[in-house]
Amino acid sequence: MSIKEWIFTTDHKRVGILYLIGSIAAFAVAGIMALLMRAELSGIGPTVTSNPTTYNVWLYAHGAVMILGFQIPALTGFFANYCIPLMIGAKDVAFPRVNALSVWLFYIGIILALLTFVVPDPPDVLWTGYPPYSTITTGNTALYTFTVLILGFASIIGGVNFLTTVAYMRAPGLTWNKLNMFVWCTLGAFVMQLIFVPVLGTAVTLISLDKYLGTHFFDPANGGDVLTYQNLFWFYSHPAVYVILLPFIGVVFEIVSTFARNRIFNYKAAVYGGIGGIVLLAGEVWVHHLYVSGMADWMRIGQMVSTLMISVPVGLLVISLVGTLYKGSISFQTPMLYALGVIFLFLIGGLTGIPLAVTSLTVNLSETYYVVGHFHYVMAVAGTFAIFGGVYYWFPKMTGRMYNEFWGKVGFWLTFVGVNLVFWTMMDVGVREGLPRRYYDYAQFPQAAEEQHLMSVGAVILAVGFVIAVINWIVGAVKGEKAGDNPWGSKSLEWTTVSPPPHGNWPSPPVVAPDWSPYAYGRR
Amino acid sequence: MHRQSDTRTPCRASGLARICGAAALLTSPLASAGETIRDPAQGWDELWRAVLLDITIIGVLFALVTAWFLVRYRRRSSDEEGRGPVLSSAAAVGWVVVPMFVFLADDLYIAANGWSLWNAYREVPADRLEVQLEAGMYSWDYTYPNGVKTQNLLVVPAGKAVMLRMTSRDVVHSHFIPDFRVKEDSMPGRVTYLWFLPREAGREHVVTCTEYCGVMHSYMAGKVVVKSPAEFEAWLQEQERLQQVGTHAGEQDPRVAQQAAAGQPL
Repeated sequence: MSIKEWIFTTDHKRVGILYLIGSIAAFAVAGIMALLMRAELSGIGPTVTSNPTTYNVWLYAHGAVMILGFQIPALTGFFANYCIPLMIGAKDVAFPRVNALSVWLFYIGIILALLTFVVPDPPDVLWTGYPPYSTITTGNTALYTFTVLILGFASIIGGVNFLTTVAYMRAPGLTWNKLNMFVWCTLGAFVMQLIFVPVLGTAVTLISLDKYLGTHFFDPANGGDVLTYQNLFWFYSHPAVYVILLPFIGVVFEIVSTFARNRIFNYKAAVYGGIGGIVLLAGEVWVHHLYVSGMADWMRIGQMVSTLMISVPVGLLVISLVGTLYKGSISFQTPMLYALGVIFLFLIGGLTGIPLAVTSLTVNLSETYYVVGHFHYVMAVAGTFAIFGGVYYWFPKMTGRMYNEFWGKVGFWLTFVGVNLVFWTMMDVGVREGLPRRYYDYAQFPQAAEEQHLMSVGAVILAVGFVIAVINWIVGAVKGEKAGDNPWGSKSLEWTTVSPPPHGNWPSPPVVAPDWSPYAYGRR
Repeated sequence: MHRQSDTRTPCRASGLARICGAAALLTSPLASAGETIRDPAQGWDELWRAVLLDITIIGVLFALVTAWFLVRYRRRSSDEEGRGPVLSSAAAVGWVVVPMFVFLADDLYIAANGWSLWNAYREVPADRLEVQLEAGMYSWDYTYPNGVKTQNLLVVPAGKAVMLRMTSRDVVHSHFIPDFRVKEDSMPGRVTYLWFLPREAGREHVVTCTEYCGVMHSYMAGKVVVKSPAEFEAWLQEQERLQQVGTHAGEQDPRVAQQAAAGQPL
């Protein structure tokens, strides 16, 4: 097996694994940025660096790389690539070479993002890139623009590919209502990517035009408007949260159903109400990122109501998830621990989002540590737990081998304790002290020092947990025990082929029986 | 004191929004009380406690049900399979409609209260002190009605509404006073506003920037100093006299000054 075979592969499983390796590398880089920031904030005054710009570059790299280089590629790149053709009984995706192009673009995007640490003028514009700052800074805004454009383009062509694949390449007898939850969730995510990524591409292109070519889109002195960018940016970037949320909830559905050996509770409500509802509402809630941005008062109220209504589809998904445990036969291996972790983290994260949907409460809460704590719970940490759980879950399928269960559990509990220590404290300090986010130093909030210190300790604990998990995978892939084709006893189609599946997935394409479903448990 | 407002929200101008506004008044007895100022900061604390209670109840309920399922339905033999219910059409629809109404009811309860508090945030009492604020990298520059200018120091009289009309000379900033539970962005090309009600003379409150604005963002801080009305008047006149001879009150953060002096990019 040569390196060349991997680089020029068009096999969806290998493309998926390339996405996984790239996104875990991105996760490591962005995680180190987080640790550096936590070290810097562990005390008042300069600790690690005396240059605030250095801190701001970490801040930029942490956000941009975690979202654009880790979560979205891991979920819509790795899991979608690896699982969707296997789950629908297809030999590959509809356009294998386009698929290879998308992973190449992804790597180019990652390299662009890493150039941040090489160029003399690294971008310091956060992952949001708000003008006028991004158009007057000495930092390299163009690098930010091109990173976003390349990763966005990779994502769009992936989306076209998967929508086509699911529409036309399902195995005979595999009707829409028998699709895995993960497939439905990912379809929803790709529909949103296709609608909204072009808006982000427009926004980040316009700031570079303003900065380097002298246009005035966001320059009020010449008839431009500052707020336009924020609207364009969040018109994509709020749906982006659901682009992450849906696939990760899909992964959790797969794990919970398998380890509870139970059918999905109210499948159609979760698919049409939950996923469909989120896709429908995704484009009508972005103003909740602009509650204190000088938007028209009536817009800040209208979208308060639409934002609160998100609780309906999300609630249906959670009821379905928890309902799947009801009368199940639940076992607690590592993937299930992560999935259950997601349920609890998502519960905290989702509910702490309700105050942030309320315009008047956000007047105080916005841009404080409360917001940072909330979105880490609901998206960052819940999403990462789902990704880690999903890798553990499909690990025997990918490698044909088993990871170490003991170290899997140790890694889980360390990260679980660590994230709660960090992000619960973060929400607390945000509400009680009003400590603002994106601060290199916080001399005006001396009372927050103790909690900052506690969060830094928590960050180290959770980092150790993640490192243990990654080492566990590497060791397991090299010398784990043989796992067999279906170690969990799942009914889903990807477990009916050998592990790891050969090129083409099955010797002859599978045909599904009329009474088959990926969740047809309890019919002995 | 009449609860009058001359900062009409765009909401009030349009017909559709007038209906929205009427709905807000219906849901909020406070909004039509008329006699006293509703202090948004107090309203914030009340609404926060109510919403916190609301989400705690939902969270604990869901967590307990989940935990109970995990214990009750743990696997007892390796060949056991789950026996989750196959829902009839009626049950499936019921499991959508009932939760939907419960969630929507809670949403609307929260939205109605949030809206009513929002009106308190946006309707500034007519009897007020109005100060102009120009934000810039990295200072808050205030101008009082009589022309007195201060930097990073906002002196206000106790018991009177204070309104800031804000803009920015460079990038987006956000004027946050945690103790008064209020912030709003300021930016070039637009004028935004916020107001708050200082109550206790002799107190100082932190002002800090909450929209990322560059290198010295975290040092862009100042303070609100509350004086009794008489002391405030005396201070304002003293400042007016001093500024005729060219001294400004307030101070710049030494680190910002250093950065500028060293020729570093700001």
